[in-house]
Amino acid sequence: MKRGGLPVQIGLWLIALFAMAPLLWMVSVSFMTPGEASSFPPPLLPAHPTTANFVELFASTDMARYLVNSLTLATLATLLSLTFNVMAGYAFAKLRFRGRDRLFRFLLTALVIPAQVAMIPLFLICKSLGIVNSFAGVLVPSIATVFGIFLVRQYALSIPDEMLEAARIDGASEGRIFRSIVLPTLKPILATLATFSFLGSWSDFLWPLIILNDSQKQTLPVALANLSREHVQDVELMMAGSVVTLVPVLLLFLALQRYYIAGLMAGSVKG
Amino acid sequence: MSQERAAWGFVAPALVALGLFFFLPVAAALVLSFTDFDIYAVADIGNLRFVGLDNYVHLLETPLFWKALGNTAWFVILGVPLSIMMSLAAALLLDNKLARFKGFFRTVYFAPVVTTLVAVAVIWRYLLHTKYGLVNWVLGGIGIGPIDWLGDPRWSMPAIVLFAVWKNFGYNMIIILAGLQTIPEELHEAARIDGASALQRLRHVTLPGLAPVLLVVSILTMAGYFQLFAEPYVMTQGGPVESTVSILYFMYEQGFRWWNLGFASAIAFVLFLIMFALTLVQLKVSERWTQ
Repeated sequence: MKRGGLPVQIGLWLIALFAMAPLLWMVSVSFMTPGEASSFPPPLLPAHPTTANFVELFASTDMARYLVNSLTLATLATLLSLTFNVMAGYAFAKLRFRGRDRLFRFLLTALVIPAQVAMIPLFLICKSLGIVNSFAGVLVPSIATVFGIFLVRQYALSIPDEMLEAARIDGASEGRIFRSIVLPTLKPILATLATFSFLGSWSDFLWPLIILNDSQKQTLPVALANLSREHVQDVELMMAGSVVTLVPVLLLFLALQRYYIAGLMAGSVKG
Repeated sequence: MSQERAAWGFVAPALVALGLFFFLPVAAALVLSFTDFDIYAVADIGNLRFVGLDNYVHLLETPLFWKALGNTAWFVILGVPLSIMMSLAAALLLDNKLARFKGFFRTVYFAPVVTTLVAVAVIWRYLLHTKYGLVNWVLGGIGIGPIDWLGDPRWSMPAIVLFAVWKNFGYNMIIILAGLQTIPEELHEAARIDGASALQRLRHVTLPGLAPVLLVVSILTMAGYFQLFAEPYVMTQGGPVESTVSILYFMYEQGFRWWNLGFASAIAFVLFLIMFALTLVQLKVSERWTQ
């Protein structure tokens, strides 16, 4: 190692410990016997590893249902976002129509409005549409997003106009051009948008908390927040619940982190 | 022209969805904030009355609003600089030429960002346990007595800040890392030849070069931190003695626990105005700097 390399490496490992310790501790405690974590000094590893907490979690709570609810909602939110935002983002980048740039600038100014401002009236709108306490109600705010449209537009700007013109001269319809030329070129940004939509929907808390009151329909975060209020003392059980909630998103992130970080950069540096 | 018609076909679905489920509600929130919309109006809209600025006047006279505003401001003032300092430290280490396993560390540092907030807030509630928590155990190791993190009103907000730093530093780190790569190597080289120490290079080369990125990052982080909600909801339920009631927590309670939807809309608008004003101030200040 070069001179001075050691302090750098120690610093990196210390921050890694800070970042990872809570997650490793969660996994470790989820395999402890009930009550084991509540002792001093806090045990770092289970004395007798057991899957009892996971069995208990799925047997005594509706965890399996919440898991299915969250998966369903995140998948639907991703599909909606992919459809609506990609079509609009492409049109804002590559199709000419009156008022396009003014309209796009107007959309961008909306990024400064925090989503919570809309929530109370949105709840009343959902109520009048009869979709309070339904999956449709949960999904409504994620159909189209300004951020999603922006993300796709920035990427679609790089599609060469000549390619689209050539297809038009060959007599291809706009729909056909979109499907067979545009979509394949947009693949990387589709992966980025899908990752963002899925993770965003999976972790969303305030809106599902407001719109769902039937315990059968709850998502994992809402259910976990409720469980943690009822089961304050059951550390091991709660950690099993956290593992179930976190493992899918962490795996997804590991698989798609390249796309996720690309989206993050597009959203903050260019924006 | 057919392209014009096709274009509207492409944008219309998204525009209708945004209009109906975002722009209309935002406009409606402003209107609602001038009404006494409450549980009676939820039952029968005929009970709705316009009350002008009453909600805003009432808000300014409510002690808990000022408390919530103070708590949120405390969270922002403490949390934003600490988060950015942590992100900066991580980014500088990762950017160091002597660092090894960069890809591994970058992934590890970023992992907390993608975690589900509620799930990790539950973890941290136990990590911060006075008797059995890992945090106090580590502090005990360096001779600091047990702190009642979530039970002592003086420590509850710093505890949430600690959690927020852990959860978020990876996000800004990525942006800062990209910013570091735009600083020309020649500048560092020139400073080194002039005999500048590592600390001097950080102060006179790296930080000025990063200024625009740090501005973006601080605006984004501030906006995010003003929206504090799930952390107190899960970790402290606003307590102890209302020391972690944030503006959004206050809005949620007023709106969806007491169904004072008109009043809650006024809270949401005040939050928006504060965030907007602070963003403008930050932009103005940075303009003066760069002149």
